[in-house]
Amino acid sequence: MTWIPEVASNLASKVDGVLLLITLLSLVFFILITVVLVYFAIKYRRKREDEETPYITGSEPLEIIWTVIPSILLIVIFVYGYVVFKDMRTPPKDSVEVTVQGKQWLWTFDYYNGKKTINELYVQYNRPVRLVMEAPDVLHSFFVPAFRVKQDLVPGRYTQLWFTPTKIGTFDIFCAEYCGTGHSAMLGKVIVLSPEAYEIWEKGVKADEGAGVASLPPVELGAKIYKEKGCNACHSLDGSTLVGPSFKGIFGHAVELQDGSKVDVDENYIKQSILEPQAQVVKGFAPVMPSFKGILSDEDVTALVAYIKTLK
Amino acid sequence: MANHTIAQNVYVPFLEKKGIWSWILTTDHKRIGIMYLISISFFFLVAGVFALMLRYELLTPASDFVQPHTYNVLFTLHGSIMVFFFIVPGLAASFGNFLIPLMIGAPDVAFPKLNLGSYWIYLLGTLIVLIALAKPADTGWTFYTPYSATTDTDVVLITLGVFVLGFSSILTGLNFIVTIHKMRAPGMTWHRLPLFIWASYATSILQLLATPVVGITLLLLITERTLGVGFFDPAKGGDPVLFQNFFWFYSHPAVYIMIIPAMGVISEIIPVFARKPIFGYKAIAYSSLGIAFISFLVWAHHMFTSGISDIAATIFSFLTFLVAIPTAIKVFNWTATLYKGSIHLHSAMLYALAFVFLFTIGGLTGLFLGALAADIHLHDTYFVVAHMHYVMIGGTVMGFFGALHFWYPKWFGRMFNETVAKIAWLFIFIGFNVTFFPQFFLGVQGMPRRYATYPAEFESLMSLSTYGSWILGAGIIIMTVNLIAGLINGEKAPQNPYGSLSLEWQVPSPPPLENFEEIPHVTDWSYGYGKKK
Repeated sequence: MTWIPEVASNLASKVDGVLLLITLLSLVFFILITVVLVYFAIKYRRKREDEETPYITGSEPLEIIWTVIPSILLIVIFVYGYVVFKDMRTPPKDSVEVTVQGKQWLWTFDYYNGKKTINELYVQYNRPVRLVMEAPDVLHSFFVPAFRVKQDLVPGRYTQLWFTPTKIGTFDIFCAEYCGTGHSAMLGKVIVLSPEAYEIWEKGVKADEGAGVASLPPVELGAKIYKEKGCNACHSLDGSTLVGPSFKGIFGHAVELQDGSKVDVDENYIKQSILEPQAQVVKGFAPVMPSFKGILSDEDVTALVAYIKTLK
Repeated sequence: MANHTIAQNVYVPFLEKKGIWSWILTTDHKRIGIMYLISISFFFLVAGVFALMLRYELLTPASDFVQPHTYNVLFTLHGSIMVFFFIVPGLAASFGNFLIPLMIGAPDVAFPKLNLGSYWIYLLGTLIVLIALAKPADTGWTFYTPYSATTDTDVVLITLGVFVLGFSSILTGLNFIVTIHKMRAPGMTWHRLPLFIWASYATSILQLLATPVVGITLLLLITERTLGVGFFDPAKGGDPVLFQNFFWFYSHPAVYIMIIPAMGVISEIIPVFARKPIFGYKAIAYSSLGIAFISFLVWAHHMFTSGISDIAATIFSFLTFLVAIPTAIKVFNWTATLYKGSIHLHSAMLYALAFVFLFTIGGLTGLFLGALAADIHLHDTYFVVAHMHYVMIGGTVMGFFGALHFWYPKWFGRMFNETVAKIAWLFIFIGFNVTFFPQFFLGVQGMPRRYATYPAEFESLMSLSTYGSWILGAGIIIMTVNLIAGLINGEKAPQNPYGSLSLEWQVPSPPPLENFEEIPHVTDWSYGYGKKK
């Protein structure tokens, strides 16, 4: 366990500077107050009932000192916080733009070259990225602790955020603004690639990992999609009820729909549920699933069906 | 300070009359105070049980005790009930009612019937919310749009209940303002007023001016949900961030509605048990008003990541630091009051000292959230949860418990077991810190709030926090049992067990109906402890 998340963006160390300054000043005042409080409480403990105490009602010099000194320090903190904030709000002109959509309960990323990824944001090491973000349904907030950046996504307007990744690796994306039942499952990853790897990714044929993925057997590919495209946010594998029905043992069984009718869960029902989720909603669940039309290829859907079949 | 005596043969304690109607129709501020006290304590315990359930779910990363939706409902209920049913009426309505007339030398508040009406409006509001529990809301206590406008849980009834509760708060504030202006005993000048009265005065102004705004906001939300008017829906020309502006315009001042009365309590307890005059009386009194004023101008510090303009964020950050100054002044003055005192660590004093210690942590961690760059990282993480609970439990609830132990003999005419009270205090103090201190680290590490499930890397601190909640819960149970046992078989309380100079201690315990046989004539302030040179 570490005190603070790893430093993986140009902004992170600046924010940490602000955190450090406030921590130090706070510790000084905290220790001062605590030591004096405990010292007085022990030293002046009542020993006899008839102890005499002095009639002291205040001290103007002291009031001035403990008004002026904290005021000056507070202004220092404010200014430092503002200076770094200004940096955080001013993306460089040459940033790579990615359009981000946050919706209940997944992230989609659209890149300049027509690529689209779900829950995985691909960026290049040491190159500034500007995210232009929108939300079609409710408020969300894009938060990457390792980058120290956070920005709400607000229906009806675009918001923006930028950073320059300074470490190659994979970092958590959290949704930080409460957005309903699947809020805590609205997770993603930022994948920071080296310039060479990024170039390969940029030119790759497939939307995500390039050629390697397509050659996976369908069940393995399905399992991979299940995790990476955010199915796991709402559909469990162990029979527990999340936002949607669990996948465990669902294939081949009949489910009851909203109107009381029953339908068998077969290949066609699963495909329909992925592409047109609202067509036949299982009873007891809200019609909230987004459509994956245009996001998953036919091959992906087939792989998912194959995977769900194996979940007995 | 007051030269009058009560002839024992005419003394009729206010609790003398029995029967249900003597409560339902009472206009006695002390009885109305008791009704509030019982109600808010009940809701405190209920919402506390919800908190224990939340923490129990968070013992492990997965959803194993309740489903995510249930978890979301639980934190909504925990927050809403704690805020609107317990901590906003809280000290102001319970101890404010009991103490204001007694402390200023008045027979009752200015409008006793309105006072009774305020209580029943409060209860009506809570009843409406109870009905809403049939399909409880899952929005969080902040009811942010568009989620609150679209979720299929019952948001309308719970907000309607809060809307009704608001009137109770407004009317109580009005009543207290008039009472403090017009009902002070002869000689009770503004600068002789006990600091609890100054605090109540500042609180009442906030209640009167800020509460209507949340009322209107919730009404707009109800209109949006029921009639489809798009105040906050961008598809209809509305703006979701507008809701946040409205909401915090009330809810930030409301934070001070919650904390200022507790500051008043601490200013009463410390001088009595240190046998010293309060240090910096005027600084403390005026800083209450200063906080109340500035608190109207800092609301958007809850919204630095919400999409407001950078200029707005910068201005609100600056104003937020201003509010830290009067708060710091109070802490320094309380600490200085102990200097060369004769300190008796009564349970009430232990709560007061815990307040100063914990509130200092709560206040200092607020600096992180006021500073723009730091807040971007910490906003909506457990850091905020920890900070907020250090202020609300470490501050307000410690003040509330301190007040309970301090004025208990006066209010009920009985004593509780002091040893058990100290043991309960120790449990509460340790349990609270074990629960909430780790949450600062969780927040810095990036753990978002309102998460039903969480990544495994946070597990050790999360489960530590849950263990702490059990210690805290045990302490509150011990305290509650001890205080109830005292009511049943506690010793009879003397008139003035701590040797306080304040007016309420110069009448018998419990006070007689109408408080004073004749209205006292006040000749000095109530902090004249120690030997004058």
